Amino acid sequence: MNDMSCANRWMGLLLLIGIATVLLGTAAGSQGWQAWWLAGGDAVSQQIVLDIRLPRSLGAWLGGALLGLAGAVAQGLFRNPLADPYLLGSASGASLGVGIYLSLFGGNAWAMAWWMGLGLTGAAFVGAVLAVLLTLLLARGVQQTLRLLLAGVVVGVVLGAVTSMISLLQPQVQQAMQGFMLGSTAFVGWSACITLAPVLALCMALAWVFARVLDALTLGEATAQSLGVPLRSARLVLVGVLSLATGAAVAHMGLVAFVGLAAPHLVRSLVRTTHARSLLLAALMGGALLALADVMARVLFAPQELPVGVLTAVIGGGYLLWRVYRGSGAGGVR
Amino acid sequence: MNAPSHAALQTHQLQVHLGGRPVLQGLDLQISAGRWTCVVGPNGAGKSTLLKALAGLLPHSGQVLWQGQSIESLSGRERALQLSWLGQGESTTLDLRVWDVAMLGRLPHQGWLGAPTEQDAQMVEAALKATQAWDWRERTLGELSGGERQRVLLARAMAGNAPVMLMDEPLANLDPPHQVDWLEQVHCLRAQGTTVVSVLHEIGMALHGDEVIVMDQGRVSHHGACSDPASHAAIESVFDHRIRIHALDGQWVVLPRTA
Repeated sequence: MNDMSCANRWMGLLLLIGIATVLLGTAAGSQGWQAWWLAGGDAVSQQIVLDIRLPRSLGAWLGGALLGLAGAVAQGLFRNPLADPYLLGSASGASLGVGIYLSLFGGNAWAMAWWMGLGLTGAAFVGAVLAVLLTLLLARGVQQTLRLLLAGVVVGVVLGAVTSMISLLQPQVQQAMQGFMLGSTAFVGWSACITLAPVLALCMALAWVFARVLDALTLGEATAQSLGVPLRSARLVLVGVLSLATGAAVAHMGLVAFVGLAAPHLVRSLVRTTHARSLLLAALMGGALLALADVMARVLFAPQELPVGVLTAVIGGGYLLWRVYRGSGAGGVR
Repeated sequence: MNAPSHAALQTHQLQVHLGGRPVLQGLDLQISAGRWTCVVGPNGAGKSTLLKALAGLLPHSGQVLWQGQSIESLSGRERALQLSWLGQGESTTLDLRVWDVAMLGRLPHQGWLGAPTEQDAQMVEAALKATQAWDWRERTLGELSGGERQRVLLARAMAGNAPVMLMDEPLANLDPPHQVDWLEQVHCLRAQGTTVVSVLHEIGMALHGDEVIVMDQGRVSHHGACSDPASHAAIESVFDHRIRIHALDGQWVVLPRTA
């Protein structure tokens, strides 16, 4: 059909944009543009490109793809265009994990020994997963969508309050926490890429298996059930995908705003297609968005670097505002 | 009444509680195979709940039997192959294209991992053409009016080609000519041996069926032939005699009875 080739074209284009941006990212340095391919290469600059810039750009793409995928899964699963990956409390759980870790071990989050960084990532991930489990416990499973949403909001508020309390009681934690809350790709290295890539592959495969269930869910839960789709297992697996993708991304980059919300919306404004394609498109879109934002964060105010989350919030938020503004007409946010 | 062997669906002491409130109170029903049965009754009588329970979509006590077999013993896919259900007023996300929506009706045939076959495409095309929705196949549901959307959802329900079709207010939002189209489609389905059960508020349309189940307050107050005067009396009675059913040109018209 017509839309298939359209969707496939966008897939190719977004993939190309992603690759181009990652390559561009290898030329974005602390002093602005440094096109290594023009400068030739001494060993040090080669090392900077291969060991710092490339994994950072690639990591940003992978993290963005995870958030885009998680956003598309959340919006499909909860049948709500405002759903975002942080919905089930994973964001506040990760923040709390980081808050506790920092208050126990102290230090500046973004300038600590690698093993501290690793512990921080672990704390964020464990926090995200535990928060989602708490949400599931409160909602008594995944069967009731509304209860799940409410439980997610409650867990988010309560854990957020605990995190605020920690940073109030221990002011030395505050600055490091802020870095995490704003989201940053500055410390994404090869080790992060090695974690993020298989997580993305796994989450994509699992989500793709249940893409048709998400299609059926667009007609309502009872209709989906009447079509004989395995709703229960789909919900369980998709909530798992949502938590894993978000947890992995947040653990490595902090709370990057709006990519998970904006990517699926952007995809919808480009092409209307089934979830088998739109999930993949949302991941490619999220990857391209965050990789692009990462490059901009580095060069816009070089040698000053912006936290990438601030940029995504400004760009993604601005885009959504524009969509809402236009949205009362056809094709807007519904 | 028909012998059990001719019943497509049966219920024994079917009870459904929603929110702690009994909505269906011990229903014993036989839905005849290959016939068109209409369910009528006032708001809140339990019509939609009955249809959902017949489709195996609600937890219940008592029994719902599909050809003598408990509906709960069927797998989701087996059940979907036998029973097609068209719901009422379910909130839908409007992003899918008409073609993809109708193709969802073929899901039970494909399994949720299978790809659409040529036959699936043919069935979807036939269903979309039957409800005159074919021209919009590239549009999304969001780009259609309420009535147009209903015709797409109808096509989705018909594309499954199930031997039993359960339709909850299929005429909602349809203009009169398309209501007549629907009537012809049901006659066509019945001619193919499909069992049709529909909840209808349009009593005049409902009386075009073979049998009518009159419901009130979670119970069946009457089950009989649509042409039977006793059925008409039962319908007038559950509506507090605020309506009257008149014969006109071999059909029935329902007129309000004002004080």
